[in-house]
Amino acid sequence: MELLNDVFTAKAIFVGIVFAITLGIAAYSTYFERKIAAFMQDRIGPDRAGPFGILQPLADAVKMFMKEDFIPANSNKWLFIAGPCLSMLTALMTSAVVPFGDTVTVAGVTFDLQGIDVNIGILWVFGIVSLGVYGILIGGWASNNKYSLLGAIRAASQNISYELAMGMSIIAILMLTGSLSTKTIVETQQAGHWNILQQPLGFLIFLICSFAECNRTPFDLPECETELIGGYHTEYSSMKLGFYLFAEYINMFISGAVMATLFFGGYDYPGYAFVAGQFGTTVAAFVGMGALIGKALLFVFVFMWVRWTLPRFRYDQLMGLGWTGLIPLAMFNVVVTGFGILIGQPILAGIAGVVILIAGLFLNDAIFRKKKLA
Amino acid sequence: MDISYIWYFLSGLTLLSALMVVLAKNPIHSVLYLVFTFFCISGHYVLLNAQFLMAVNIIVYAGAIMVLFLFVIMMLDLRKNKPDSKSPLTKLAGVIVSGVLLVIFIAAFHKNNMPSPTAEAVGFSSQTGMVENLGKILYSEYLLPFELVSILFFVAMVGAVLLGKREAGERNF
Amino acid sequence: MKLSTKTKVIEQGEMTLAERMYLPAIVGGMATTLKHFFSKPVTIRYPEQTRYLGPIYRGQHILKRDEQGAERCTACGLCAVACPAEAISMVAEERKKGEENLYREEKYAKVYEVNMLRCIFCGLCEEACPKEAIFLRHDTMVPVFNSRDEVIYGKDKLVEKMDQRYLRDGWK
Repeated sequence: MELLNDVFTAKAIFVGIVFAITLGIAAYSTYFERKIAAFMQDRIGPDRAGPFGILQPLADAVKMFMKEDFIPANSNKWLFIAGPCLSMLTALMTSAVVPFGDTVTVAGVTFDLQGIDVNIGILWVFGIVSLGVYGILIGGWASNNKYSLLGAIRAASQNISYELAMGMSIIAILMLTGSLSTKTIVETQQAGHWNILQQPLGFLIFLICSFAECNRTPFDLPECETELIGGYHTEYSSMKLGFYLFAEYINMFISGAVMATLFFGGYDYPGYAFVAGQFGTTVAAFVGMGALIGKALLFVFVFMWVRWTLPRFRYDQLMGLGWTGLIPLAMFNVVVTGFGILIGQPILAGIAGVVILIAGLFLNDAIFRKKKLA
Repeated sequence: MDISYIWYFLSGLTLLSALMVVLAKNPIHSVLYLVFTFFCISGHYVLLNAQFLMAVNIIVYAGAIMVLFLFVIMMLDLRKNKPDSKSPLTKLAGVIVSGVLLVIFIAAFHKNNMPSPTAEAVGFSSQTGMVENLGKILYSEYLLPFELVSILFFVAMVGAVLLGKREAGERNF
Repeated sequence: MKLSTKTKVIEQGEMTLAERMYLPAIVGGMATTLKHFFSKPVTIRYPEQTRYLGPIYRGQHILKRDEQGAERCTACGLCAVACPAEAISMVAEERKKGEENLYREEKYAKVYEVNMLRCIFCGLCEEACPKEAIFLRHDTMVPVFNSRDEVIYGKDKLVEKMDQRYLRDGWK
């Protein structure tokens, strides 16, 4: 019983730390988003609050809290409040199953650097992500504003469409691993056997889908300013708006962590054996946690990089890409992976899949497309 | 704390939210209560150690189907569908149908007289609800029903595609 | 109707496979943004850093003194006449005995005021001045003001200080 309490306390502290890290990273993502945008546009970016502007998130938070908290007269008050709360809640719940590190021993207590290791880990992520749309949908409807409603409806249909392709790209990973547990998925990728080598196509699909699920550019149609004013958060102000924006950044970080877990070996890093031999497994595990967060931050950078490069899709292009592009591609990926497992060469099959796909498309192009009229 | 208290609490919550689905005046509230009911049912699955069912219940019902429900209801003009606008005949039909359904349920439970399962029951395994066991059973013992269901879905999908397809000469806008 | 002889009809055929997949174009675009990410910013931290605006930038007015430190302005009023915004006003005064080191000409401006709210910084006063007395400095701008009382600049603000003389590029 004593041991259970110790482990429980350790886990509780760990979960608290993960929360703090997630929120801190989300806060600083806002700063880095603006900085990266500035650098990509040959500007300097925010630099007034503190040296290099590193206190900018603090200033933003103060601004958010000080602004008038407005609730429209004809809105549905409770649902209006529930919307951003739900968004934030679902964004924070996802990190529960992400394995941040291996087993560590701190002060005589041995525990995993993971919130909960359930044997349905990846389904949990998937379930919570699919619930994330409720926050937007409820908030958009409760605002009693046609633009908000249109934004919410766009968000709902977009999330449902891209969840399918996302799920199918995960299925290929599950076929290779044979388990739904995120911990097991990471453990099979240790020592450099990262899934990206076997699943280049699957990773591409997952990446595009996570852009869509996070409502990031080029898939940020729910908050498309030119058409919908502010989309689902048109009527929101003060910290309620802050919660929506914050949830987006948390989602970005978490989806980066999930991508690192599924495709980039999770907490695996080159030189793990060396660090473990020199300083013990606990230090190695904490370095691994750093490696995972580093990988996740790299993905956050990619999210921002893409945002400041690509323009927004049109709505029919978005749906076309999801239903006629990514879902067939994900099915093709599942077939290729199955074939790879059958012949026992998953890496070869992964590469061959990409080659066959491109060759097939070219062949299809050469044979069936009408020649350009001279 | 005894785990059965959690069960009582969860069951109470389930019944309450299910009642609210029927009693809520606003259809949107009804849908949200229904989502909450699905969550409570997922909680029951966790208590039964069926984590896979819990996750799938959340993904499919709470995450996808209910979003579509909400979607459709938001598109409707709610002012036209006030409860008072229904004719007495519709109300009477509703009462009869639900009353008959209630009688059927009570009769079924009464006839079968199901024993409450206990942990010591013969053949009970706490691992039944795990993904691996579920998959094995699904693909061996229940292979035919499983495949039939997938054919059913396939047919439905083909039908949907056929309905959605633009016919020659038809203009949508 | 042809508006120009230089029009060129561009035949846009169907997109090729690489163009339809978008991915090569996306990678190209991301390479461009990454290049800019590492390149030097073209903007500066303005109030702390300033740019050289050129030798003939028209900033704040200054009433020059000559080499001996005597004011050059003789209050002829040509600047006020030239001013399109009617921002300049002055009161003339005759030079007394013993003030030769203060004022170069026999007549000087006792009061010389420029209304900075009116001034459009066109530089016509500078061109009209026969005595090379008024200039628009190239290195200093009129600072931000908070009340209308600060707007009218008198001689205390306009006359050149002897310890920090104004020199324009190209002057000796």
